[in-house]
Amino acid sequence: MLIKRRDFLKIGAAAGAMAALHGCASNGKSASGHVVVVGGGYGGATLAKYLRMWSEGGVQVTLIERNPAFVSCPMSNLVIGGIKSLDDITVSYDNLKGKWQVRVIQDEVVAVDAEKRAISLAGGGSMAYDRLVLSPGVDFMFDKIPGLNNAAAQAKILHAWKAGPQTLALRRQLEAMKDGGVFAIAIPKVPYRCPPAPYERACLVADYFKKHKPKSKVVILDGNPEITAKKDLFTKAWADLYQGIIEYRNESEVKDVEPATNTAITEFDQFKADVLNVIPPQRAGAIAIKSGVGLINNRWVDINWLTMESTSTPNVHILGDAVFPAPTMAKSGHMANQQGKLAAAAILNLLAGQPPNPEPMAMSACYSFMDPKNAVHVNSIHHYDAATKTMQPVKGAGGVSAARNEAEAKLAMGWARNIWADMLA
Amino acid sequence: MKLLPAVAALSLLAASSFTHAADPNLARNLAATCANCHGTNGHAVKGAGMDALAGMEKSKTLQKLADFRSGDKPATIMHQISKGYTDEQLDLIAAYFAAQK
Repeated sequence: MLIKRRDFLKIGAAAGAMAALHGCASNGKSASGHVVVVGGGYGGATLAKYLRMWSEGGVQVTLIERNPAFVSCPMSNLVIGGIKSLDDITVSYDNLKGKWQVRVIQDEVVAVDAEKRAISLAGGGSMAYDRLVLSPGVDFMFDKIPGLNNAAAQAKILHAWKAGPQTLALRRQLEAMKDGGVFAIAIPKVPYRCPPAPYERACLVADYFKKHKPKSKVVILDGNPEITAKKDLFTKAWADLYQGIIEYRNESEVKDVEPATNTAITEFDQFKADVLNVIPPQRAGAIAIKSGVGLINNRWVDINWLTMESTSTPNVHILGDAVFPAPTMAKSGHMANQQGKLAAAAILNLLAGQPPNPEPMAMSACYSFMDPKNAVHVNSIHHYDAATKTMQPVKGAGGVSAARNEAEAKLAMGWARNIWADMLA
Repeated sequence: MKLLPAVAALSLLAASSFTHAADPNLARNLAATCANCHGTNGHAVKGAGMDALAGMEKSKTLQKLADFRSGDKPATIMHQISKGYTDEQLDLIAAYFAAQK
């Protein structure tokens, strides 16, 4: 009797699921409300578009972004290497505004009142939300490098770790450097934004030196015990392509700088460079920290991976580099875009009074150029694991390129054009 | 005769829905993880070198994915990505893209 009853319930549930698959249930259309998104990068812009697209206009979306246009961090090392221009990696918000009817406001959010569900803008005024999404990227912990903790030092010793004016400024420093000079790049301890990118930057600067300033050198001061991503591929590229140009030093965390002499100071050593590029340690963007959402290690936001919602503050979701990463999940633009879609789907369900998707997936593909014509990738696929309540890498999937190759240099540009369109077109 | 596949589908759903109810938009959500490279809803940017999946026959997409997995079809990255999804997930993804205009 009991068994029969259970079978009956099973069939009932199955019929319900089938009805759902055939379009009787909501596909986001019944969601309504106002979502405020802070930050129009890979995470925030994607989420804004997908909320509008999947709700078929039912949900109002306001995107607040400081910059007038999107400038991509991925591909920005090509600008530093002199291969691309800043225009090549800049995309406007016009389609988000016109085609998707996202209200884009160029401003900065200075405060979040989670109880009243409202944000305040630097330009004045406040705005109410049903759901708030913070996609602020990272901010730099300049206080960890005392000599760099002032505006004059920061104007001389660049990070170029947010694409835009600093990208161009670093390019100009390299162009102005005399042949026979030294470019040094300092890498913080993990986790930091885009693990392979410092090594890619070293390659593309070395490629520029090889062609235009052949007596010059690149020195990598790595705060980590070893290369943090694509290790074998970078090691091989340096041996094959940049022998005698790139010098790699592990366990060389830069703890201070002397801006007057362009000197990097590590625990036991000092290193003077002609162009010094220090990537400081990072934490969640300032507005996330200011909003009061719960942090892990006092640096990254603790979230529920089914919804990207803060574990401490209801109705506030966080995306991208600001989030405490799931196991083996790198901070990348691709991952932020995936998290934007995961959160968009969850928010639409929640606004419609439905539970979030219990089995979300996210994947990442990340290309690095070894020289202007050859690239490699690393990719990973992650699934939600109910037992550990986080995203876990799918076993047996993902991996890196077997060797650097020309096909992937073309695919890397194809990746960029498609993901920019997925966010902004 | 025609009832058989429907019965099979029903029992498959019964098995999965007994643990937890699948999201009604599961196929859409899964397909969105492909969009970074293959375009929103499978509409890849023209001339950017990526396969446009929108409107591709389901069986064709599934065959390609199977060939990537087995190594029969050479790939730079898809042999690694195709192993990240279950057969059921790939089925949903292929069906979703086939339905896109």
